[in-house]
Amino acid sequence: MSNDVYVITEHLDGKFSDVSFELVGKAKELASALGGEAVAVVIGSGVDANVFASDSTIHVDDAALSNFNPEAYGKVIEALIKEKFPRLVMFGWTATGMDMAAWLSGRLDVPCAAYVKDIGVDLTMSCQAYGGKLMADVTTEGDMAIAACLAGSFPAEAGQGSTAAATVASPVSLDGLKMKFVEAINPEGGDVDITAQTKLVSVGRGIGGKENIELAEELAEALDAALSCSRPVVDAGWLPRTRQVGKSGLKVKPKLYLMLGISGAPEHLEGMSSAELIIAVNTDKKAPIFNVAHYGATADLFEVAEEMLELL
Amino acid sequence: MNIVVAIKHIPSIADDLPVSDNNVDFDSVDFVLNEFDEQSIEQAVLVKEAVGGTVTVVGVDLIEELDNVLHMALAKGADKAVKITADDDPGADSHAQAKWLAEAIKGMSPDLVFAGVQASNDLDGQIGPLLAAYLDMPYIGGVSSVEAGDGTATVNKEFAGGVGAKYEVGLPAVIGVQAAVKPPRYAPISKVRQIAQTATIEELDPSGDASAGLTYKNMAPPVAAGHAEMIDGSAKEVAAKIVELLKSKGLA
Repeated sequence: MSNDVYVITEHLDGKFSDVSFELVGKAKELASALGGEAVAVVIGSGVDANVFASDSTIHVDDAALSNFNPEAYGKVIEALIKEKFPRLVMFGWTATGMDMAAWLSGRLDVPCAAYVKDIGVDLTMSCQAYGGKLMADVTTEGDMAIAACLAGSFPAEAGQGSTAAATVASPVSLDGLKMKFVEAINPEGGDVDITAQTKLVSVGRGIGGKENIELAEELAEALDAALSCSRPVVDAGWLPRTRQVGKSGLKVKPKLYLMLGISGAPEHLEGMSSAELIIAVNTDKKAPIFNVAHYGATADLFEVAEEMLELL
Repeated sequence: MNIVVAIKHIPSIADDLPVSDNNVDFDSVDFVLNEFDEQSIEQAVLVKEAVGGTVTVVGVDLIEELDNVLHMALAKGADKAVKITADDDPGADSHAQAKWLAEAIKGMSPDLVFAGVQASNDLDGQIGPLLAAYLDMPYIGGVSSVEAGDGTATVNKEFAGGVGAKYEVGLPAVIGVQAAVKPPRYAPISKVRQIAQTATIEELDPSGDASAGLTYKNMAPPVAAGHAEMIDGSAKEVAAKIVELLKSKGLA
């Protein structure tokens, strides 16, 4: 065992995600307090791993790791972590990190905290649970812990640097994998690009049904804005995936983000919290969005939308 | 194709979540099916309709109210329902539930195991990857379509913003469903009622033991750095103030 803090970084098309830098920055702070090293772990081939401010960087390079493969990446991480036994292993609570953090916890019988928003130097983790309605402070048992951290929790600058990576071969055989990367899928074109809009009217579960989308569309049109939405609206088939804002959707930074019936789960906030003016209308006065929005109203979104249309 | 869907019954976040003893006061909240499990059940039924087989839905009964959820799943096309009775432990974490589910699922010899990609109370991680670890199967999450073939499944995994990748997965495997390829179907109440009268739900005792290893020191609503300036009044007044605000900023 050691007092090292390991960060499992992530990249797509040769580019590291912001969360990787955010976690490395936090890892440096924690490792320094614990008297260990902050170690960035890069898994993959054809990627420049010398970009972190970590104390050291391990680059596991193997052709079988060129594309993200949760089985292959998981095996590599499991072998590496078993061998190095760090004090803390940090993942992003992201599309890739979510495939591996709890899995590793189950494999190694090591505690795992998810939805982590902050970590104290005593390794108390603050988790944003229940759709952002409750914060839980948890401590972990034993000599190792896993933290799956929400994107945007720490500044990215602190993790950027030029530490030379040590390239190593895979610590485990990658023959006989059951999972195979087939091909990349790129977004469908042809729809409005919501990331390029200066004004967005965004609807959430509160819009209630496909039949109500028209009202929101009218309001968007009257404001010369485009219509976007949160994930449940897409999953219900009310709007196409190209309109989705948030963790599994797109990140937007419009001048106006007018939210109708969106409660503000952490996954949604990841995609829009840096909008310049956020106005939220929601019937639940305790909706987490009111902690983020600049202006809010607890009102019926349909009535507000109709009244606004009268005035515009 | 033998398909098992592992579900999670969780406190509803639509209402207030009172806290007691550094955790949710489970006695005073409503429980609902994790929203991603609705997608997961739908995706399982779609696979069964495409290639044949059976869908078994299994969950941990935390508050003696899982029957309603299981009846709904049967009404939507699942063939069998199983509950693991743990009503003395409404706060059982993902590790504990995944262990009990894994022990139950082992005996079912599944080809495909589905779970919702996440739940809002997954403070110690999600059921899907934990199941995969306990069952020694590969796991892939964030999945938005599944096509089953002979001994394999082809799945689309979403990264973000419409970018994703297609994977081929040798079975058996655990799939974490983000969204079914089609929106979940509606089950008429009359059908659910009818099923409630005739269906049998298999009951199991929890077997196996796993712990998240987390100690809850505090749980409370977030202390916000800021709060929205609230616009009071009727819908008409709210609308007028929003329009005025937008006009003053040159946004309308």
